[in-house]
Amino acid sequence: MENENIIIIDQLSFSYQREEEEQKKKAVDQVSLSFRKGSFTAILGKNGSGKSTLAKQLNGLLLPSEGVVYVGGFDTREEEHVWDVRQTAGMVFQNPDNQLVSAIVEDDVAFGPENLGIDPEEIRRRVDKSLEAVNMGQFRKKPPHLLSGGQKQRIAIAGVVAMKPQCIIFDEPTAMLDPKGRQEIMSIIRELHEEGITVILITHFMEEAAEAERVIVMNEGKVLLDGSPSQVFSQRQLLQSVNLDIPLAVELAGKLREKGIPVPENIISTEEMVEYLCQYK
Amino acid sequence: MIRDITLGQYYPGGSWVHRLDARVKIIATLLFIIELFIVDNFIGFAVAAAALAAVIAVSRVPLSYIVRGLKPIILILCFTFALNMFMIDGTILWQWGFLKITREGLRKAVFMAIRLVLLLIGSSMLTLCTRPLSLTDGIERLLSPLKRIGVPAHEIAMMMTIALRFIPTLLEETDKIMKAQQARGADFETGNLLQRAKSLVPILVPLFVSAFRIAQDLAMAMEARCYRGGENRTRMHELRLVGKDYLAIAMMIGFLALMIAESVLL
Amino acid sequence: MSIQVRNLTHIYEPGLPTESVALEDVSFEIDDGEMVGIIGHTGSGKSTLLQHLNGLLKPTSGQIIVGDTDITARGVSMVEIRKRVGLVFQYPEYQLFEETVALDVAFGPKNLGLTREEIDERVREALELVGLPYDEVAERSPFELSGGQKRRVAIAGVIAMHPEVLILDEPTAGLDPKAHKDVLKMIEEVHRRTGNITILVSHNMADIARLSDKVIVIDSGRLVTVGTPYEVFSQHDKLEEVGLALPPVTQFTETLRSRGMNLSETILSTDQAAEEIYRALTSEGKVRI
Repeated sequence: MENENIIIIDQLSFSYQREEEEQKKKAVDQVSLSFRKGSFTAILGKNGSGKSTLAKQLNGLLLPSEGVVYVGGFDTREEEHVWDVRQTAGMVFQNPDNQLVSAIVEDDVAFGPENLGIDPEEIRRRVDKSLEAVNMGQFRKKPPHLLSGGQKQRIAIAGVVAMKPQCIIFDEPTAMLDPKGRQEIMSIIRELHEEGITVILITHFMEEAAEAERVIVMNEGKVLLDGSPSQVFSQRQLLQSVNLDIPLAVELAGKLREKGIPVPENIISTEEMVEYLCQYK
Repeated sequence: MIRDITLGQYYPGGSWVHRLDARVKIIATLLFIIELFIVDNFIGFAVAAAALAAVIAVSRVPLSYIVRGLKPIILILCFTFALNMFMIDGTILWQWGFLKITREGLRKAVFMAIRLVLLLIGSSMLTLCTRPLSLTDGIERLLSPLKRIGVPAHEIAMMMTIALRFIPTLLEETDKIMKAQQARGADFETGNLLQRAKSLVPILVPLFVSAFRIAQDLAMAMEARCYRGGENRTRMHELRLVGKDYLAIAMMIGFLALMIAESVLL
Repeated sequence: MSIQVRNLTHIYEPGLPTESVALEDVSFEIDDGEMVGIIGHTGSGKSTLLQHLNGLLKPTSGQIIVGDTDITARGVSMVEIRKRVGLVFQYPEYQLFEETVALDVAFGPKNLGLTREEIDERVREALELVGLPYDEVAERSPFELSGGQKRRVAIAGVIAMHPEVLILDEPTAGLDPKAHKDVLKMIEEVHRRTGNITILVSHNMADIARLSDKVIVIDSGRLVTVGTPYEVFSQHDKLEEVGLALPPVTQFTETLRSRGMNLSETILSTDQAAEEIYRALTSEGKVRI
């Protein structure tokens, strides 16, 4: 079971149809990837790299122009399975305001399970549990517009968790939040992963990507890098050439190496850097 | 100004009126409105007012809060009053040029004003004492028999739910845009009507763009959460009639009978 | 030109049960040509402060003096304040509304009552200043530009009013790393070329530390501290008390210091950090190179 893939992308291409331009723009170009059940993957890339388009392919919000995407064994192009696909892979979006449906927190969390036709008592249980999971239990009667961005985003996560998906795709969930909100959301993502949910995190913050087990870097619709955080972030030049930031420790390691201090390539976090430097103390 | 409108607002509470089934309250409100139009004498209005007062007392919504909601309609009230007073023929009480007040006109004007005030307070009691979502639920359930003749009951209710959710967001957005344009030197307060209307363009265009963006995002989020219309959908809060609801229905029927009898007999 | 904020207090809805104190007795000064960073949590009163500087809000008490004008005095015209102080809101691209970029940028200057020639010239100049070639973008719809470009257009709309003070509220919010860097570089360039006071609100401590001459820290409507980045970020305890972070590199070197490495206090850039670490390691002969 552990090694089973929950999502398989095979030779996926996707083009947006633009009315004025004759030429189709390829947003995703011949991408093949698979995601193991229970894994935590970050997809990194600048705007227009195709990362968000890829995310929307993973639960059937967009369908392949070429190639196939399998989610939980279902081909996303098969119309009769579209709800199975979306129940398997839930999605949290960037704008915390524009994804909440209801004027009361707990009713919003209930929206997904209600759509699935679940028994009212079971919905109640799931709603309470999901709100507890994101530490928003005491806000369940509040209207969302009185909450902070981070809190709203937590409600959105609870709404997805209540549908009991096996996998959750986070599409830049922290892009519009302040540092506090960002931390809250990252700690909830970590917890969900620990509970066994497959996490795919789309982001352009490399500090967030560094928390994943696997990092995929997208550029111009293609996979540029795919590996462990240390494998990916040690590619300093390549990352900078596609206009991505690099982690502080990697930047510093590069500067120290220039001065002749032999910092090993696999150091990517500040904690590792502190340990390395302190051995000379 | 926006703050003053209590029509459509919810006043949180746990009173007997609050806890009634939304459907019962909707029907009661409709009946009350019908009754207001049946009634045509002072005793009838007195009874209706007394019934409404009783409901307000039980609901524990402060009277000042309800009265504040009447402020925005004072102008309409005066207008209808004047219209009725001057426009109806009959025994002349007072005349000046073409303006005349008749006994019948005065009577009609007073009744119309009372009717409007009771109607407004009555219908705002519905929204004040019912959670917005229960209200939309109730409307959906009451309309559902009409689905067979093509009334999109679920869709209507869903639209109302979303409207309730996004009105505060759009108000906030409007405030932000106004401030941003003011910082660019826009002036919304002076000038004639045409100039003022023109000065709204820099607010309305970004507001529409925002609304469309919200609609697009929301549609995508709803689809991702498996929304596929009203079919096979369950609800967390199921509407169920219990003892107090039946009691309320009985009271309503009694009240209706009383009003009809009163208007026939007197 | 300088700005003096004296005992600024703002109370929302005074007298009502919903009364809340947004700013309380805030005083500071900004000198001519300074780049000023303001930091504080969401809801700390930053936005209220900015809106006072632009005259959108009037203080409950206190004064704001810009140059030689008390903009909080009665009878000061809004046009006068806005000629002096330009304010770019968060996500300013959401306020674009005209059919073309040029018309949108012209909105502010037009409201100032300038002549057509003056307006054209300012639009051209403002667009060039934010790094958008006039001939390419002027006649395009602002809605078909990329996110980063839209934001530049919106900023140009304020710059075209020739404010003597430019305030930007989180100008890089929601942008990707590339656009983030570009917009900051553009702001630096505008600051350098105009030589005016620029006030920048940001949650990004590294940006604030790198760009600011002066840092103002606000929490719960009160001024926590004000000083150079070095002075402010040296006060770890004070910042921690209000829950604000140090710039990541400062955080890192502080950890090294607490582990006993002999580094100088409060390092604000990676270059400086590399330099110091190298010195510490080699001077004690611990690493032979």
